Amino acid sequence: MNVTASIRPHLVNGGKTVSDVTNDISRQVESAPTRLWWMAFGASLVLLGWGSYCLLTTWFVGIGVWGLNKTVGWAWDITNFVWWVGIGHAGTLISAVLLLFRQKWRMAINRSAEAMTIFAVLCAATFILAHMGRTWLAHWALPLGNTYGSLWVNFNSPLVWDVFAISTYLTVSLVFWYIGLIPDLATIRDRAQKPLSRFIYGLLAFGWNGGAKDWSRYESVSLILAGLSTPLVLSVHTIVSMDFATSLEPGWHTTIFPPYFVAGAIFSGFAMVQTLLLITRRVFKLEDYITVEHIDSMNKVIMVTGSVVGIAYITEFFIAWYSGVTYEQYAFTNRMFGPYWWAYWSMMSCNVISPQLFWSRKLRRNIATSFIISIVVNIGMWFERFVIIVSSLHRDYLPSSWAMFEPTMYDVGDYIFSFGLFFTLFFLFAKFLPVVNMAEIKGIIKGSSAPKEGQLKEAQPVQPATASN
Amino acid sequence: MREDTIYWRSFEELTNHPDFVKNSQNEFNLPTAAEQDEAAQAPDRRDFLKKVGFGLTAAALASCETPVRHVIPFLAAPEQIDYSNANYYATSYLLEGEYCSLLIKTKAGRPIKIEGNKLSSITRGGTSARVQASLLGLYDSARYKKPELGKKEATWAAVDAKLALAVKSGKKVVLVTPSTPSPSFNEVVSRLKASIPTFEHVVYDALPNSGIIKANKINFGTGVVPSYDFSKAHTIVSLGADFLGTWVSPIEYSRQFGKMRRLGKQTKHMSRLYVVEPLMSLTGANADVRIMAKASQVGAYAAALYNAVSAKMGQASGVDAVTGIDTKAIARMADDLVANKGASLVVAGSNDPAVQQVVNAINYTLGNYGNTLNLTIPLLTNTGTEEGIASLVTGLQNGSIGTVIFSGVDPVYTHPQGDTLKGLLKNAVTVSLDHTPTDTSDVCGIVAPGHHFLEAWGDYMPKPGFYSLGQPVITPLFQTRQAEETLLKLAGYNGQYYDFIQAVWKTKVFPQQSIYTSFTQFWNYTLHDGIFEVGRPSLRGKELAANGGDLEAPYEYLSISGTAPASFAFSNRVAATLAAKPASTGMEVVVYQKVGMGAGTQGNNPWLLEFPDPITRITWENYVTVAPEVATAKGISLNECQTSLVTVKVNGKEYSLPAIVQPGQDPNTLGIALGFGRKVVGKAGEGRGKNVFPLVSLAAGFTDYIAKGATLENTSETYMIGAVQTSHTNAGRPVIQEATLAEYQKEATAGRYMPKINTPDGPMNPTDLSLWKTEVNKRPNHAWGMNIDLNSCIGCGACVVSCNVENNVAIVGKQEVVNRREMHWIRIDRYYSSQKTRDEGASNTELETAAKNPRVTFQPMMCQHCNSAPCETVCPVLATTHSSEGLNQMTYNRCIGTRYCANNCPYKVRRFNWFSYPQNAERFSIGTFNDSLARMVLNPDVTVRARGVMEKCSFCIQRIQDGKLQAKKEGRRPVDGEIITACAQACPTDAITFGDMNDPNSRVSAAINEQYEERAFRVLEELNVRPSVSYLTKIRNT
Repeated sequence: MNVTASIRPHLVNGGKTVSDVTNDISRQVESAPTRLWWMAFGASLVLLGWGSYCLLTTWFVGIGVWGLNKTVGWAWDITNFVWWVGIGHAGTLISAVLLLFRQKWRMAINRSAEAMTIFAVLCAATFILAHMGRTWLAHWALPLGNTYGSLWVNFNSPLVWDVFAISTYLTVSLVFWYIGLIPDLATIRDRAQKPLSRFIYGLLAFGWNGGAKDWSRYESVSLILAGLSTPLVLSVHTIVSMDFATSLEPGWHTTIFPPYFVAGAIFSGFAMVQTLLLITRRVFKLEDYITVEHIDSMNKVIMVTGSVVGIAYITEFFIAWYSGVTYEQYAFTNRMFGPYWWAYWSMMSCNVISPQLFWSRKLRRNIATSFIISIVVNIGMWFERFVIIVSSLHRDYLPSSWAMFEPTMYDVGDYIFSFGLFFTLFFLFAKFLPVVNMAEIKGIIKGSSAPKEGQLKEAQPVQPATASN
Repeated sequence: MREDTIYWRSFEELTNHPDFVKNSQNEFNLPTAAEQDEAAQAPDRRDFLKKVGFGLTAAALASCETPVRHVIPFLAAPEQIDYSNANYYATSYLLEGEYCSLLIKTKAGRPIKIEGNKLSSITRGGTSARVQASLLGLYDSARYKKPELGKKEATWAAVDAKLALAVKSGKKVVLVTPSTPSPSFNEVVSRLKASIPTFEHVVYDALPNSGIIKANKINFGTGVVPSYDFSKAHTIVSLGADFLGTWVSPIEYSRQFGKMRRLGKQTKHMSRLYVVEPLMSLTGANADVRIMAKASQVGAYAAALYNAVSAKMGQASGVDAVTGIDTKAIARMADDLVANKGASLVVAGSNDPAVQQVVNAINYTLGNYGNTLNLTIPLLTNTGTEEGIASLVTGLQNGSIGTVIFSGVDPVYTHPQGDTLKGLLKNAVTVSLDHTPTDTSDVCGIVAPGHHFLEAWGDYMPKPGFYSLGQPVITPLFQTRQAEETLLKLAGYNGQYYDFIQAVWKTKVFPQQSIYTSFTQFWNYTLHDGIFEVGRPSLRGKELAANGGDLEAPYEYLSISGTAPASFAFSNRVAATLAAKPASTGMEVVVYQKVGMGAGTQGNNPWLLEFPDPITRITWENYVTVAPEVATAKGISLNECQTSLVTVKVNGKEYSLPAIVQPGQDPNTLGIALGFGRKVVGKAGEGRGKNVFPLVSLAAGFTDYIAKGATLENTSETYMIGAVQTSHTNAGRPVIQEATLAEYQKEATAGRYMPKINTPDGPMNPTDLSLWKTEVNKRPNHAWGMNIDLNSCIGCGACVVSCNVENNVAIVGKQEVVNRREMHWIRIDRYYSSQKTRDEGASNTELETAAKNPRVTFQPMMCQHCNSAPCETVCPVLATTHSSEGLNQMTYNRCIGTRYCANNCPYKVRRFNWFSYPQNAERFSIGTFNDSLARMVLNPDVTVRARGVMEKCSFCIQRIQDGKLQAKKEGRRPVDGEIITACAQACPTDAITFGDMNDPNSRVSAAINEQYEERAFRVLEELNVRPSVSYLTKIRNT
């Protein structure tokens, strides 16, 4: 079913054969962890350990250990939450939307992108729990049956919408990711040398036998899940944005928020995928699978979404001025020139200016530049949420209540916790599961009869590659 | 039946006992004659009832004869007292010269709240922050719990023996007290004088009004502090007298002043207040016209004003033109004063008798005596002079004094030569009768602790003919003894002070009235009312019931007007000398009193320490206030709570204190508050600020609060200070709406901001817009609402403390205030005006910078109980919901603490429990939650909030429920004024009105309806959140 236009460059380099793919990708699953992996994993555990100490202190003592105050009720907690949820957008976008649009280049990256999505959403969830005054009652936000009579959740509250949106997203993403993993798990099962590995991967592979019926169902489920999760790409961040848009805080109460947040989410998600891929391809020597083409495509998406976000920033300003509302106008002036000017200008330079470098093909295909900008973008996106949340809250309607927010060790520590959690999970994933979808990638490698490099320009019909393992 | 079986009924029958045989003859065993006689003598039913009846009557009679002389503990529960119902007892407060008549709310036997007593003609139900907070002094764990001898716990017997010995030494025995206008205490003193030949009574007031007394002595031959009546004054000139905050009798004056600031459909006139002052005081903040002047210049202003007024009245003043002052302002004041002669008032805060004489001369020239001033009914509190304490020092130096007894004074701390005194006290037997340790009691060899005023009996006469009783509302918590009883023992009287007071009243007070025929009746009703005012029919409980129990019905207060004095002895030379006196060169330090701290007697009271100063909005300590231009020159800036430490050098003393930039302050003046830096104070007050009493000096024998020739240095060391408000102007926003009186008289809507929303049907009022076609905010029964008159509100903050007490608001300590997390449910936002307005093209920065001499507006801000509340829609778990009575309710149990509601509150009135404030002694040891004694003050009707939940003003829902329940029990609707919030109750100016907006006759409805679409506005009306709290515009009579 995979048909590729002949003018397109090949997505896998190095003249890989089907067995090369299996070997290359299964290698890190089957061999003992490398020194590099241990170091990276160890570092993640250190972050997780320190972060856990901070988070547990927060939970035991109360969120007074943070820098929040009577005026600024949310700061790093919700900034981190929105940031991680935003990052979690790339996975679904890559696996679902790009699947529907038949973008084959996604195949090399969707596995790790989806894994990243799940871990990012988990990290976001920790902030949902951490920011509550009484975390132990978090289940009250769910519409569970109870013995209090007609006591129900408040369906008017965007936070309840959040609960639904994010839990749906997490579930669908998890299922989608896992379904995609099954053929590869079967491959590893079949290659496994040790009985324990065979047993565990055998359990995880759900009895996959590679038959035509399995493949047919696999394809159908993938399509259905892709169809299901495509609206989620739009809905999750739309709903997250409504936490702000439906309030009446100047700087929050903005109708542009849903599209602007979705674009921002894709922007940051792609940047995070970019960061991780650039590391993974180097560490696991997957340069032939994750090629410069991939990096180039990712950078294009980053550039486009970055520009969308930039236009949204400017539109907000225009609307604030056009509204004639003093408070609204002040909120935006204050962002630029108020005490948090540095956060605003960090955001502007990271998010709007830096991706514009990708207009240059040379820079777009440069690994170092791509890596740096991918990180810069995520710094910028963190600042975006910080600017929206803190610089709006800290000076709203009544000047008597204006206050500044200053983070404490625990604000930072809890953020570090999420990094620790994310990287710990990611490195476990990278070690024990195939980071590239072997089954799918095999469908896009050159067949033995395909033309050699350099013969591409001569138009000739290309044989449809068959999906087989 | 077998023959050999014997059946028997009793052993007697079996054994054939002779008695049995005898009685078995009679079928009915009737009593014998002897037995019948006996029975006739036994009590029958009627006798029983007779005896019980007699017994009860006897017991009842006996109880009349023998009054119960101790507070009844709840173990033997008295009738009609129920744990769930509050009982109120009238009593009196007198501290640092401030008198207030009170009602104490007790619940389950514990005093838990102080309220103003509306029956008093002096305070008229008003209170102050300090009065409200004084309750916690009762539950202060720093209190003396037992008598002490040489810092060791002792028995009362041992102490009495020591005392008895000490007064017999033959040397002088000196009793040092603050001025105590109490008939019984005076009697105690005369008994002591009679029984101890060497006895002397020294009256020592830390902050005396001796200048006024001296001036009146010279001018009128009567050394008194007159009664002032600001409610009759159309023009008021205050030369540095903070009469709304700290000067003489602020509660009384606030009430009077507030009366003249009310405007409405019928009243289009208000008083005009001119203030000339060096620092920004509470009175200055309320001024219509405010002039900044050095403290040493105030005399020149007085002279110039005298000159101008005299000229207008056609009299010679003997004053040449005064230079270096604002002559235009003087001319305007004089015009205004003369135009309102007889209905104007000039007061001065200076303690210089010369200044006070000139002020007297102005008032006399204007004919204000007998109208706004009264010398015949003077104020008797705080009438001490400097001579007494000077004689004490001399006596101690020359060794003529053998014993000094201190009661209610702390001269080691408050006297400028406190350290010297402390050294000298070693030469004498020293006794302290204070209930709580002070710097003075700490050096006393004998500590015979007295009661807190809520445990003690007492009587007062703050003004001649105005009597006031103090009664205990709880059994003494510790082994303390009424101070007067300790003294009376020395005079050979071993009875109870209660009997003593009654005896005094029987002979001295009872004959002054004719309503009651028996003394018992008189005593009981007076004790019920708390006050007795000669010449006024007593308002006793019965009469109160007769007018429908309407506590809010206006009372016929006794007027405090008098007659003009017959003669006036004044030499124009006094004014001329003042006028010619050059202002000091260089910087002056003015030591002043904070509204919340005064002279520091309540220095260990965490409610007062965490009470934000109305002007600076800073808590927990004192600091140096610096004019903005000086701050700029010295590189001092306030950045949020961060400021610099400065060094102030004056009179050879050096103080290192944080600096505060204070708009409206004279550039050559520095201000430092008194009342801080006590050495012996207790946990809460320990290490708070610096003591500047040593800067107080004597100028020609009169206490002087100005220290000249000061220098200021910025140490550039940073210092964090607990400020609750760090943005000082309204930034050009219409959150406060104000106009001048002239504008208001022309157009009642003057100053109003009336937002319109553009719709397809044209511009509309925000509140006319709704998503719903039907009324969503149905209020079938009550609709609770509040109205706040920004014009009467003087910003004193009594409401803030009252709310803290009523609602168990957590005290979080300085660090948490620095972290911007104070928990107050009501706050008084203080806004300065900026130099330029937005219409004049001011930039945001200019709008956010206060003018040099700004106009000030106070805006009490609490939960607005929005009818379309933004907090309610965003809560995921419905923890905050709306009641059908218009209340925005917080269900603490349901709250999971997302803080979304607080973020979405446009008024930022929601407060979050960042930590567990109760049960967290390591972090929050100061306050009412983690001290077993202080916990007794908590209101049992209000939940102490747990960690992680949101809280906010509830409109005192417990009071609403209580009032509704009471009405329901009596089968009626609640009466307007019966249900009132703690803030409204405490307000000395009645600026806060609370009630049912569904009742068209309620005062809150009247306040809004009368000025609807005129002065009444809701803050942030354009948001269409429909608050239940409305405000009336601030009108300035500029």
